[in-house]
Amino acid sequence: MEFFRIRRDIPFMRHALVFNIISLLTFLAAVFFLVTRGLNFSIEFTGGTAVEATYVQTADLERLRGVVGGLGYGDVQVQNYGTSHDVIIRVPTKAGIDQKAVPGHVFEALCKAEAGAVGTKTETTAKGESITRPSCDAGATEPVVLKRSELVGPSVGDELMRNGAYAMISVVIGIMLYLAFRFEWKFSIAAIVANLHDVVIILGFFAFFQWEFSLSVLAGVLAVLGYSVNESVVIFDRIRETFRRFRKLTTMQVIDHAITSTISRTIITHFCTQMMVLSMLIFGGPTLHYFAMALTIGICFGIYSSVFVAAAIAMWLGVKREDLVHTGAKAAIDPNDPNAGAVV
Amino acid sequence: MNRYPVWKFVLMALAVLIGLLYTVPNLYGSAPAVQVSAASLTTKVGTDTAAQVEQLLAAAAIKPDYVTFEGTTVHARFATTDTQIHARDVINAGLNGGADKDAPPYSVALNMVPRAPHWMASLHALPMYLGLDLRGGVHFLLQVDLKAALDKKIEALVTDTRTTLREKQLRAAVARDGNSVTMTFHDAATAAQAVNVLTDAFQFVQWTSVADGADVHVTGALKPAELIKAQDQAIKQNMTTLGNRVAGLGTSEPVIQQQGADRIVVELPGIQDTAKARELIGRTATLSIRMVDQTAAASADNPADDVFPNSPDIARRNGPTTIVKKEVIASGDDLADAQPNFDSQSNAAVVKLQMNAKGARSMREVSSQNIGKLMSIVLFEKNKGQVISVATIQSELGENFQISGGFTAEEANELSLLLRSGALAAPMEFIEETAIGPSLGADNIAKGLHSVAWGFVAILVFMCAYYLLFGVISTLSLGVNLLMLVAVLSLIQTTLTLPGIAAIALTLGMAIDANVLVNERIREELRAGSAPQTAIAAGYERAWATILDSNITTLIAGLSLLLFGSGAIRGFAIVHCLGILTSMFSAVFFSRGLVNLWYGRQKKLKSILIGQVWKGGAQPGNVPQPDDLEEDAATPAAGKNPRIAR
Repeated sequence: MEFFRIRRDIPFMRHALVFNIISLLTFLAAVFFLVTRGLNFSIEFTGGTAVEATYVQTADLERLRGVVGGLGYGDVQVQNYGTSHDVIIRVPTKAGIDQKAVPGHVFEALCKAEAGAVGTKTETTAKGESITRPSCDAGATEPVVLKRSELVGPSVGDELMRNGAYAMISVVIGIMLYLAFRFEWKFSIAAIVANLHDVVIILGFFAFFQWEFSLSVLAGVLAVLGYSVNESVVIFDRIRETFRRFRKLTTMQVIDHAITSTISRTIITHFCTQMMVLSMLIFGGPTLHYFAMALTIGICFGIYSSVFVAAAIAMWLGVKREDLVHTGAKAAIDPNDPNAGAVV
Repeated sequence: MNRYPVWKFVLMALAVLIGLLYTVPNLYGSAPAVQVSAASLTTKVGTDTAAQVEQLLAAAAIKPDYVTFEGTTVHARFATTDTQIHARDVINAGLNGGADKDAPPYSVALNMVPRAPHWMASLHALPMYLGLDLRGGVHFLLQVDLKAALDKKIEALVTDTRTTLREKQLRAAVARDGNSVTMTFHDAATAAQAVNVLTDAFQFVQWTSVADGADVHVTGALKPAELIKAQDQAIKQNMTTLGNRVAGLGTSEPVIQQQGADRIVVELPGIQDTAKARELIGRTATLSIRMVDQTAAASADNPADDVFPNSPDIARRNGPTTIVKKEVIASGDDLADAQPNFDSQSNAAVVKLQMNAKGARSMREVSSQNIGKLMSIVLFEKNKGQVISVATIQSELGENFQISGGFTAEEANELSLLLRSGALAAPMEFIEETAIGPSLGADNIAKGLHSVAWGFVAILVFMCAYYLLFGVISTLSLGVNLLMLVAVLSLIQTTLTLPGIAAIALTLGMAIDANVLVNERIREELRAGSAPQTAIAAGYERAWATILDSNITTLIAGLSLLLFGSGAIRGFAIVHCLGILTSMFSAVFFSRGLVNLWYGRQKKLKSILIGQVWKGGAQPGNVPQPDDLEEDAATPAAGKNPRIAR
């Protein structure tokens, strides 16, 4: 099999301006949604309480909202989580409420609504581990089971936010320094602008759809940032090689050639990575859902930005063969040059 | 040109073998076991306990797989859950039979241990530890109030300074000013003498004096190193105390770890009830110092209000029952520190105690009136008291005194640990707590494994179809990558979490990039007309630099996450970083080895199975112009002069 049979270089750069305008518009739209709607941060960031419970019957969300709303915790969110039997209840932090008691109270209310009484059950799992857990007993059945409760103090959230920002900044600086050292500052700027534009677009999606932005999503976003920079690196490597091999081409032609000859690798690699991510999206359940979602958007826009944005920015910044092929022909065969042989 | 020396093949085989050895324990799963641990601070679990458990099981004709003592617990592994439950009852009856039902000395709990054969464990080939999101349990994050710990330390310093000066009869008004001790002397000579004395007595304090007319102000501040040490000690002591408290819960593998400068993570698998767990780890064992009631009226037959049975250790030294007075001379809060030491004269092992100002005052008062009488230290735990020390008062006691009594060094160590164990060095606050049900944990394992498995299969099918034999080699090396990654994670005993599994999946999905780069490059070389062997060599060599570059950028992202991440993110980052490193080995070194093994010996290789290669690749320039195609003469032709030596 061979999918890509390209006879001539595709004139990507001829349309660079159009692509850059599209990019700019998407970017601005993402920023607009980030500003107007903001991110729907998970309680890991905001502080608060989440209680996850599973019902034997399909959970009646409207009724549950009434039940939990009656507890006086303010703006409580009740949503399905995964299947229609699972619900997640998120309670924000509120002054004057003992946060530690919230999971207990919520579960008690849920249990009472099913005409059950809260108790503690000690049981032995099939594997032979003894566990104690709170239970809701209504006769012989358990109409609702507490699956998970999570409580985060407000101080933790601020710190996560700060550390998240530090992590992002250190990724950006680290990658810029590496690319500036390995290639040239113009490429370094082009790559980071292109890939930060991906990150902003991912965040824009999360803001637009109000998807929950959790710690694992942040990890996914940063991982994808490193991954899409790869993309730009592969193309830059090829641009450098083309500059060396074909002296008479214009910068635009060189970039077109570099992109065209790496396009099959770009698409196949992303396709493979996306298959793995898709598998997480399908089988990973609600916990990995938004993580996989962030990766999917990151991968799709990663291709786009590496091919159409990064190279175009490098071109606008005015890369020349002299930037990469330092002392002409001599450098190309210098065995000590760490850049020599950087191809594909 | 595509040959490996023998040692490289040996290295490949070794990598696979070691990978298998350390991965396999994860596949065995877990076996039912009974865990015995100390439920009270005065109970000691050791090899004797293990022997005792063995005897009990032998007497009941139960055959365990093995009985081991490790750390602070005894584990007995069984073949089935039925034997396990039976054994639990037997061991419980045997160890706790005669004891008070509400406060048994031992905790005997049902548990799980790895099923992997024993010889693997002796090679340190252990399964990965599963995080709470995969096995269920409670997680707490506690914030330690280090300021309070520092406060305590400075208060003690102020008192100590005052005492030291009084002993040397140097008169000064000692006061606390923020985090330092200040005092004013009325003449320079006294001040100089005082500074000398204080410097000798407290080497961890920086003393500075400033003249102010005739007066001299002396200020003492903790040295920066001491400040860090004090905070460190506070955290360590809190962790020890927490360790003592959770030891009695009978959960398997409780985790108590420091996180950051001032936080402690507590994870208790097998417990889902946060309120209960919070109460248990928040419970305090309290100490009190009281006089022993030596009057005739108080005897075991006619007990006074408080009667305490002795702990086995003390019983040896004293009578069977000690009756103590109700009045508390000092409580555990008044005890600043307790350390094992050696008496400067007799060289016998002693326990040195340090009281705070309030405790010292009442100690002085009571002891001066009761010289020659017995004083006891009582430990209250779960509303039950135990006398842990009885000693005769030899002289008036103050802030610092010592308990001696023919201890061995080990006993002195134990007693001081007991004295400290009740107290927290600094107050703590719960800032995060999570409870995960056992079914959710099992669910998460299944979800994580399915994600990795199906993603892997999808990549495998695609790669084999698209690159034929080279696809097979790529997937084999991807498999080796997975094997090595799991082996390394098991070897360093990482805690596997759901984000960790996601990171494994993502790393595999990204690692295939290296194989695609190589395969595409080989096709390209073939397209350009290179002979198959040359194309293979050039493909690998030219792809290497790109692989290195792209992996380094990914690694930069991974390391940043590791540096700034905590909890779930850290688990993700560790797997991600290690995965990048193993992928470089497998995708470049290992897959090249397989290619060499298959094709390397064939001198007259006509074609290779890498899928269809369409001859007529893209030419540079939008309109092909022969002039443009003149290659830079200096550029070596593909395959000749390989410039990256490996």
